[in-house]
Amino acid sequence: MGLMEGLDNSVVTGRLDSALGWARKFSLFNLPFVTACCGMEYMSVQGAHYDMDRFGAAFPRFSPRQSDLLMVVGTISLKMAPVLVKVYQQMCEPKWVVSFGVCTISGGFYDNYCTLMGIDRVIPVDMYIPGCPPRPEMVLDGLQKLQEKIQRSPHPLTSGERHRDSPDSSHRA
Amino acid sequence: MSSSPTPELLDKLAERLGSHLLRRDAFRGEATVVVAPQAWLETCRFLKEDPELAFGLLVDLTVVDLQALGGSPRFELVAHLYSIRKRHRIRLKTPVPEDQAQVPSLTPLWKNANWLEREAWDMFGVRFLGHPELRRILLYPEFEGHPLRRDYPLRKRQPLVAERDVEEPRSMVSEPVRYPVDPRFKTFGV
Repeated sequence: MGLMEGLDNSVVTGRLDSALGWARKFSLFNLPFVTACCGMEYMSVQGAHYDMDRFGAAFPRFSPRQSDLLMVVGTISLKMAPVLVKVYQQMCEPKWVVSFGVCTISGGFYDNYCTLMGIDRVIPVDMYIPGCPPRPEMVLDGLQKLQEKIQRSPHPLTSGERHRDSPDSSHRA
Repeated sequence: MSSSPTPELLDKLAERLGSHLLRRDAFRGEATVVVAPQAWLETCRFLKEDPELAFGLLVDLTVVDLQALGGSPRFELVAHLYSIRKRHRIRLKTPVPEDQAQVPSLTPLWKNANWLEREAWDMFGVRFLGHPELRRILLYPEFEGHPLRRDYPLRKRQPLVAERDVEEPRSMVSEPVRYPVDPRFKTFGV
């Protein structure tokens, strides 16, 4: 006699972290940290034509405390870097970072006195979307890959592990 | 279209400047006047207030570092003026030595000289005497040096936050990328 007998179709079985991953990947509230020309392409992805909302990641929150996806869009100067770090630290766990465009990935061609040569020098990055600027299709592709990553990642409820090695989470048990 | 002031007006300016006029030339209808640094403010005041010249607009003010070209003195201050009323332009220059890199501020004449001179100070380290608030405009206060000087190291950076401890190389592609060729794409023999 199986456990499921007599329950018919009234229950669904599955792994808890898989269900939590599914829920988390479709409820991304992104914070657009837009500093440069990539912002035009970001707006295009957000807009009706490409419509990021189809993938459950459309609603921009302009407060880091209410968002869990930091989209860094555009060149980050050394003067801006402390601001970016502060915004990242203000976000609650779980949180993800998308590096949008070559300037955020490597500094791009701004190899000079004032540019941060890649945001991963100061904050951890989950998904890199290259391009100068990336086409909206690439952004959507990157977003879906990030969602796959979120789906796969362990949840603290089930694994007991910390979600990520962010410096501001080190004080937690 | 840009046009230089008439030769008569330029002669009038040269007469007024006397020995302070160091050089004067014209290229493709653009007049350039090089004046001595001690006459910088007076020349600008004359250009602005003379009713025939009437240069009411300071278009741009910047500095050129002539070190790589072996120029002496090292810096050259350049101002572009435009007269909205008379519709003519002029380029005004003055040499600035490195050991005494200071010139009178143009803020009493044009309000927008304030930010332009702050930028020139920020990037080249030229001081403007009489400027109401000569501090950096683009870079952060902690920055040391003046990055557009030719002797500033090209890749020197002064980060404000510590870099994370990540292993090198930072996930770079190790093999040359082979792009798949779409058969519908015509290469035209290239």
